[in-house]
Amino acid sequence: MTQAAQGAVAPPTLTVRGLRKSFGAEEVLKGIDLTIARSELVFVLGPSGSGKSTMLRCCNRLEEPDAGEITLEGDPVTGPKVDLNRLRLRMGMVFQAFNLYPHLSALSNVTLALRKVRRLPRAKAEALGLAALDRVGLKAKAGSYPAQLSGGQQQRVAIARALALEPSVMLFDEPTSALDPELVGDVLAVMQDMKAQGMTMLVVSHEMKFARDAADRVIFMDAGRIVEEGSPEQIFEAPQHERTETFLARFSGRG
Amino acid sequence: MEAIVTQFFNIEIMVKALPLVLQGFGITLLICVVVIPLGLVGGLLAALASVSQNRALRWSAIAFVDLFRAVPPLVLLIFIYAGLPFAGLSLSPFAAVAIGFFLNNSAYFAEIFRAGLLSVHKGQTEAARSTGLTQTQALIHVVLPQATRNVLPDLMSNVVEVIKLTSLASVVSLGEMLHAAGLVRSLTYNASPLVLAAVIYLVMLWPVVRLISRFERRIAS
Ligand SMILES: Nc1ncnc2c1ncn2[C@@H]1O[C@H](COP(=O)(O)OP(=O)(O)OP(=O)(O)O)[C@@H](O)[C@H]1O
Ligand SMILES: [Mg+2]
Repeated sequence: MTQAAQGAVAPPTLTVRGLRKSFGAEEVLKGIDLTIARSELVFVLGPSGSGKSTMLRCCNRLEEPDAGEITLEGDPVTGPKVDLNRLRLRMGMVFQAFNLYPHLSALSNVTLALRKVRRLPRAKAEALGLAALDRVGLKAKAGSYPAQLSGGQQQRVAIARALALEPSVMLFDEPTSALDPELVGDVLAVMQDMKAQGMTMLVVSHEMKFARDAADRVIFMDAGRIVEEGSPEQIFEAPQHERTETFLARFSGRG
Repeated sequence: MEAIVTQFFNIEIMVKALPLVLQGFGITLLICVVVIPLGLVGGLLAALASVSQNRALRWSAIAFVDLFRAVPPLVLLIFIYAGLPFAGLSLSPFAAVAIGFFLNNSAYFAEIFRAGLLSVHKGQTEAARSTGLTQTQALIHVVLPQATRNVLPDLMSNVVEVIKLTSLASVVSLGEMLHAAGLVRSLTYNASPLVLAAVIYLVMLWPVVRLISRFERRIAS
């Protein structure tokens, strides 16, 4: 392969190599390896305490990894000379509890980082903010405060807050777990739409139907390791590992 | 009955006392204008230090707050004004009052701000950091506005306490309002100037106290 041809191959959007993390004496991540291609939706499953959230939070270093390497589009995320705040603009994160800023309107929630980190003038930031709210179907709620919105609407504003920064990858940590069942659909619809637009997504969730419909790959984690991965069909119809099987059986039994 | 009126509500004496008491009121205001912002800033800094990751900083802040909350402000003031000269540091009454109140106020405001900072969920900072804000930006734009709002009634109540406490400045012969009123009282052997001072305090503080009640009700609802 020539140099030029090599250069033309785009690096994967996100790579994780040998990621380890302990809290005190408890090793929560015991060596995670993961590669996510551009526009891929990777769905992460696993029992409570298996380290799913910690893995996600290590990706944007909300949690500091003990060991391992992470890259975003070929750029190092771990390492000494990383401009973390710049990198975080390229990694959107959506939290289980939404974490909207209650003292700011929906639009100001979305424009805060545009103004303070990307340093855009107010008019430009607001135009981008409104466009992001429009993408999640909430342009009309721009002036509302979080307390005036339903849980589903709050989570969509939180998605817009991340989307407005035009990230290369979006990290979702159980985005629908805190929602009343009838509000889950709206949030999943927004995520489906993002997938259709080519967004790269790493999604920790228990929404199996969404995984079947939208995931390119499903990962099963247990006790700090990736136990098994494959297409949704492979994992749901023919899991190779007993632990995966038990987990899925318990889940389908529950609902 | 008649005696009470002549002793405490003697209009004639009040009118005579008014210029001096008003002059004292000016000094009270001046003390407040200097001492309240100083205390708020000192308190905020001490509160930030008390929740910092740095252990030495955290412990120094906690020691500072505990110490100056435990020392009676009157003792502190007398010590600064009358005690420090023995260590070669002579201060004007006003400087002594400013420093004494700064230390005392900062400690009390720090406790309030600290409660406010702790009332803001950690997810707020994480959301801000995840969008690229620095720790300081997250503090300024996300945490502090919420922290302050959550403890606004307490902050304002403390401001009222501080305003009343400024009367302690009379022990270092700073001619604030109560000092002036006491002076006229000792000249006239009549307590009416004190009542006059009390009325002025009431007029000044009543709107603030009303405002606090309104905030408290709004936060409760
Ligand atoms: N900040 C922390 N300090 C100490 N222990 C932690 C911390 N965060 C997570 N842990 C521990 O690490 C382990 C993995 O937690 P993590 O939140 O990553 O699991 P999870 O797979 O996301 O679980 P769940 O499905 O319940 O969200 C758990 O045992 C948890 O108690
Ligand atoms: Mg979790």
